[in-house]
Amino acid sequence: MGTRRISVTVDGVAYSDDVEPRTLLVHYLRERLGKTGTVVGCDTSNCGACTVHLDGRSVKSCSVLAVQVDGSDVTTIEGLAQNGELHPVQQAFHENHGLQCGYCTPGMIMQSVDLLKDNPDPSDEEIREGLEGNLCRCTGYQNIVKSVKAAAKAGSVSAGVAGGAA
Amino acid sequence: MTAVDETTGAKEFGQSRRRKEDARLITGRTKWTDNIVLPGMAHLAMVRSPVASGTIASIDVADAKTSPGVLGVWTGADLDAEQGDLPCAWAVTPDMKHPRRPAVAAGRVKFAGEIVAVIAARSAAEARDAADKVIVDYDDLPVVLDMNEAIKEGTPLVHEELGTNVNATWIFDSGEAGTGGNVDEAIAAAHADPDSLVIERTFRQQRLVPAFMEPRSTVVDPTGEQLTVWSATQVPHIARFLLAVVLGISESKVRFIAPDVGGGFGGKIHLSPEEVATVLIARKLGKPVKYTETRSESIQSAHHGRDQIQKITLSAKKDGTVTGLKVDLLADMGAYLGLVTPGVPILGAFMYNAIYKIPAYQFKCVNVFTNKVLTDAYRGAGRPEATYAIERMMDTLANELGVDPLALREKNWIKHEEFPFTSVCGLTYDSGNYEAATSRAVELFDYEGLRREQAERRARKDPIQLGIGISTFTEMCGLAPSRVLGSLNYGAGGWEYSAIRMLPTGKVEVLTGASAHGQGHETAFSQIVADQLGVPFEDVEILHGDTQITHKGLDTYGSRSLVVGGIAIVKAAEKVIEKAKPIAAHLLEANVADIEFDSGKFSVAGTDKGVTIQEVALATFAAHNYPEGIEPSIDADATFDPENFSYPHGTHLCATEIDTETGKVTIRKYVCVDDIGTVVNPLIAEGQVHGGLAQGIAQALWEEARHDESGTLTTATFVDYTLPTAADMPFFTTDMTETASTSNPLGVKGVGEAGTIASTPAVINAVVDALRPWGIDDIQMPTTAQRVWKAIQGKEFDASVGAKDTRDGSHEAAPGNGAPLWSGNESGGAQ
Repeated sequence: MGTRRISVTVDGVAYSDDVEPRTLLVHYLRERLGKTGTVVGCDTSNCGACTVHLDGRSVKSCSVLAVQVDGSDVTTIEGLAQNGELHPVQQAFHENHGLQCGYCTPGMIMQSVDLLKDNPDPSDEEIREGLEGNLCRCTGYQNIVKSVKAAAKAGSVSAGVAGGAA
Repeated sequence: MTAVDETTGAKEFGQSRRRKEDARLITGRTKWTDNIVLPGMAHLAMVRSPVASGTIASIDVADAKTSPGVLGVWTGADLDAEQGDLPCAWAVTPDMKHPRRPAVAAGRVKFAGEIVAVIAARSAAEARDAADKVIVDYDDLPVVLDMNEAIKEGTPLVHEELGTNVNATWIFDSGEAGTGGNVDEAIAAAHADPDSLVIERTFRQQRLVPAFMEPRSTVVDPTGEQLTVWSATQVPHIARFLLAVVLGISESKVRFIAPDVGGGFGGKIHLSPEEVATVLIARKLGKPVKYTETRSESIQSAHHGRDQIQKITLSAKKDGTVTGLKVDLLADMGAYLGLVTPGVPILGAFMYNAIYKIPAYQFKCVNVFTNKVLTDAYRGAGRPEATYAIERMMDTLANELGVDPLALREKNWIKHEEFPFTSVCGLTYDSGNYEAATSRAVELFDYEGLRREQAERRARKDPIQLGIGISTFTEMCGLAPSRVLGSLNYGAGGWEYSAIRMLPTGKVEVLTGASAHGQGHETAFSQIVADQLGVPFEDVEILHGDTQITHKGLDTYGSRSLVVGGIAIVKAAEKVIEKAKPIAAHLLEANVADIEFDSGKFSVAGTDKGVTIQEVALATFAAHNYPEGIEPSIDADATFDPENFSYPHGTHLCATEIDTETGKVTIRKYVCVDDIGTVVNPLIAEGQVHGGLAQGIAQALWEEARHDESGTLTTATFVDYTLPTAADMPFFTTDMTETASTSNPLGVKGVGEAGTIASTPAVINAVVDALRPWGIDDIQMPTTAQRVWKAIQGKEFDASVGAKDTRDGSHEAAPGNGAPLWSGNESGGAQ
């Protein structure tokens, strides 16, 4: 089977690789780059466990071919924390017990980050609608909603502090 | 418990510690089995039968063998001599029929999804490509899908060699056991008595898919004689034992590791065909091999749960006193028996009487084989089914009598002062306070306010009708006392093991046989150890899930980790302290008898002389100065076997709104108050309740594994098997009352299954309550919009429904208008 060369930046590192055209982004991330923080939970793009950011927007990486990300910038759960500091959404999931087994968590966090980017102050209902493409079997979602709400609050507070301090 | 318990020095117990596990889970540094890559590793793909019942006429593997990257192809015939027979650990009756269960089918397939050939290739994609090139010809045989049909004479057999589709018939009769009266006499007496009534209903427990988020995966590394197996399993210890038995290899040659495991809910309690096949191929290739299932493979071939038909007969006096309960079950085993498949309905046998004082009881279960994937444990395992049946019956009885369903329950339940109470099944409920939990739930729910709104909506025939559902429950938790399991002919005990290693730096390693897959053991167990040994929470490391680290264990299921595994840790900690005392005494130049231990410090009674447990650990490690005649070690281990189950309980209240124009059911309010005894970590406990509620509610409203007439599972993806999303789930109001268990030193009861057990009947009781004006008194799960809409079509709406019984002419209906609501006190309010 033929291959195609792609160049892609993942979590701040530039890669150039030959891939089979049929390779899914999630398999490229996991199997070629060893980015096993991003996981596969289904084969019908229902569960959202594989959610990553592609050029700043969330995508289910099982629904994107690796060749489609040529020239793009991908962020996975492994690239979310900066300089050893957890992202506010990661911190909020920890503080609010927004995870149990943790399998859906990478996707859930990546989707939540995207959701908050679109809507920095979502209502409970907007959070629930915004996470509809991500399945969790452990938490009943209540503490996930709480986590996203807390992250929204922390985000606005820290933005305010940063602005004030400047 | 307050921040520091003055009497015990407990600082951690009762604290909502954030979880230690999270650090790796929120950053993508988790070690799932499928993440493991070993040098030279081969990948497997399975060829599965699309046919539910048939013989394999031929398998052509020629194209697959020459497919790029393929290392080998094996059919069932190739593996049959060495693959053994996958075990069932629970022969529920001496004459139980037990079919052979091969890992890879040879000659005959018995459910759609069964493995018929295995491919090994250099990559997973190449293995999958080759699997598609295997050509299998099947000769179809008749399929057996319906349980009622399966047990009829002349029905084709799932297993011809067994001569029957009945796996076993299991009976408990309180009259025969001497634990209660004769139920047939009670029912006959009720029939003959104008002041009594008998109600009979049949409920369908649909098939469910556990649907853990992490698909199962296995990596096997054969190194000479030794095998290392990583697997997404709940039961690494049990799996190691079974693997040794099935393949006839030495248990000591097998190291079984459950790395991070992404949920289980009972669905990963097994030694699976996939695990055995992966071991066989790894041995043949002499190199590491990985198999990871796809989601659709998982739904087709990993075991399902529930799937019972429950015929329930209940006799009562017209004052509401229940006099007898008879349960006739048909339980679908599927095509084979897994680890505890035939025992799942029997785990429910002791729970139909629930929290009630029922004087006569009989349970009869007929286990049936069908051409479907096997059933086995799914969160609650037998107890959700039992709770559903009795709680639906209590609502039905209340409706028949025209009394408030809460008041009816109160009239029959065991009063707080009556504990310990021996049930009609002979179980001793050690503690409970149903009044307290119910009162709190009623208060949080605004029960009377919602009843008023319901009456108003009915009166004006509002398109949105309101229903209120109640579920009070108890469960037997903490599987289990080994002697009890032995008496039920289960193949193992129910103890748990722990060891504590005191490191020279004062840090503590704790080994536990209870292996977690999302429950937060590393956090909760650290809290227990921190209190027991008086060491910082951060200094405790919980090690689990590896048979070479924790050589003994009986793993995680049945809400047993804390009530059995946690107590084993307490016992090990007590031994550490006892072993440290003579060394501390030696260091302090005092008598052992004068040494006291409190909050991490050994001191001499009546003096200010003391030495910390960390100092003792270091001194013991150096071993320069310790008493004659003892070993220089304060490490200790313990195996704890409980004397009794624990009995968490609770009251769940659900309000549903039904859009009568579309049939859509929406949960308006859900309140639950659980009593799980003392609570180690309220944050984790509440999370367990939330997750349990979601799964129970999902059974009521959305989930069902369905087959077509040829036995094909038509819900084998997440497109068709509708797990609830965040947008579907309501907000839960949860609270706890605390009645300490008297069966263990921590007073804990277990929480893993509570939410699932209680919530399904609360939701369905609410749905039925909303539909009563149409004369509806039952509806099959899941109550999809279509099902609800169909149910009310062509039926008259009678807003005065509370006033009379619209269905059954055989019993005189009692007046309902003016029937008192829940009294909220212990005197009962039904009369």
